[in-house]
Amino acid sequence: MRYTIRTGILELVMVASAIIFLLPVYILLNLSVRGAEDNSSPLLPTQHPTLQNFVTAWDAGRIDWAMFTTVYIVAASVLLLVVMGSLASYPLARMTSGFSRWTYMLFMAGLLLPYQMIFVPLYQMFSHVGLLGGRAPVALIIFYAGHHLPFTIFLFTSFLRIVPTDYDDAASIDGAGRLQIFVHVLFPLLGPITGTVIILNTIFIWNDLMTPLLYLSGSRNLTLPVAVYSFVGEYASDWPTIFAGLVLSMAPVVVAYFFLQNKIMQGFAAGIKG
Amino acid sequence: MHAGRHGGLREIASVWWFIVPGLVFYVAVTLVPAVSGAIQAFNRWDGFSTDIEFIGLENFRAMLDDRAVVTGLVNTLTIAFSITVLQNVLGLLLALGVNSRIKTRKILSAIFFAPAIVMPVVVAFLWQYLYSPFGVFSSIVESAGFASPDWLGDSRIALWSIIGVSIWQFAGYSMVIFLAGLQGIAPDILEAAEIDGTSPLQKLFMIQLPMLAPVLLVNVILSLIHGLKMFDLVWVMTQGGPGFATSTLSTLIFENAFAFNKVGYSNAIALVLTIITLPVAYLQFRATSPKRR
Repeated sequence: MRYTIRTGILELVMVASAIIFLLPVYILLNLSVRGAEDNSSPLLPTQHPTLQNFVTAWDAGRIDWAMFTTVYIVAASVLLLVVMGSLASYPLARMTSGFSRWTYMLFMAGLLLPYQMIFVPLYQMFSHVGLLGGRAPVALIIFYAGHHLPFTIFLFTSFLRIVPTDYDDAASIDGAGRLQIFVHVLFPLLGPITGTVIILNTIFIWNDLMTPLLYLSGSRNLTLPVAVYSFVGEYASDWPTIFAGLVLSMAPVVVAYFFLQNKIMQGFAAGIKG
Repeated sequence: MHAGRHGGLREIASVWWFIVPGLVFYVAVTLVPAVSGAIQAFNRWDGFSTDIEFIGLENFRAMLDDRAVVTGLVNTLTIAFSITVLQNVLGLLLALGVNSRIKTRKILSAIFFAPAIVMPVVVAFLWQYLYSPFGVFSSIVESAGFASPDWLGDSRIALWSIIGVSIWQFAGYSMVIFLAGLQGIAPDILEAAEIDGTSPLQKLFMIQLPMLAPVLLVNVILSLIHGLKMFDLVWVMTQGGPGFATSTLSTLIFENAFAFNKVGYSNAIALVLTIITLPVAYLQFRATSPKRR
């Protein structure tokens, strides 16, 4: 591998692009530690950084409660997705009957359907059965578990198809029940794709605004995106406090990205969902 | 062994019930509302009264006279096509730059991809500030001695301001997919070309780009669908304003159902969006499905 002058120039250009790319993020961080009396350009480093904005945002945005609500909704939905998705993918990947093929196509139809088509009727269904208001977090969990299932089944099934059937056959000769074979033999083999399923669904659900904005309006249990949305409304143009709130709400995902960047990038590169 | 294998396959039919829990959730949350929405598209309904009236294609006819919907449709298509072109050109350039011998390639690709995982709400508010009169864009234009445009308030440029944000957020996503394609090209082919004295530009156009066709397809479809469904950025930054200048079909679906109580009409718009998205989504499914045998 030669490092020529041309490579050096390319390196400079790419680093410069990355700096321009990061400028908005720099301004976000820079202003989030700035006091109200500092009116200098947002590009200049803040002279007397303060954490007061974070304290204000944490209390006013009820960020702690929103984080708890979000973690609860994300964890429950993702758990349901992993259990239901991996279970369903076993017969879907292994059976060759028409039943299995048609069920698989039925699930995949869900990948084609834009969310906007079910958005309003689903809201009415939940409202009809009394799952909105105080119980809206439960409605959200049911929604996410059903809505992201086609994608989850797609990932699990594609992966399971390349796991040789020898594994289940060997176990069945030992006389293990099918559910036991699945739990003890196959599910552990699904490890890498389970990781991808967890990561991608967590990010989709964590970041989602449209549905929680509707389901949780007027509720005390806001998810982070909704909490941020209403918090900014209250603080009008007190940008430093708003920015501190934004930094707090994106921090968990960004920290996770810092540690799992390769896995996350590979997951997205599988590239099925926008 | 042969017999055991067949026994295993027959026995597998006994686990059909593994599908049931997922199927119940999926049917309840996706299929039932989709069918009910498609039916509502042919009715007039305010969303809460028992007064539901079948009006045939009236909702669809009304859209033709509704300036908001016509503008929203044009905006949605403008967003989808311009994002598809610009985000992929930028993504490809980034991928080519990163897929080289530079020492910082790992950290740079992580940086370029990072905005894609940040909450759209956060991105939207951050850029709302950047576009505000005290934000950087206005101060740059003003320091050059010009009057700064109102980035989100001027109906002629507001849509493009939003498109710019989306490209900033997702160019790195396109890059990652291109990168996977570039790394899939066998190094011997490129080395052989170098030994033959092929220039870098020839290498790009004669070898790399043609071999990137499959990932380009995936990228184009992904960004088209993303653009067609655009909601979060618009809703937070402009709520579709000024006027309807940045309305998309998705923001109109939201507004008609929950602000104007026109649920039947809202579902009719959703049906139009579905019909536009469906062929693209089908292509996406075909392009990303692993080949079966």
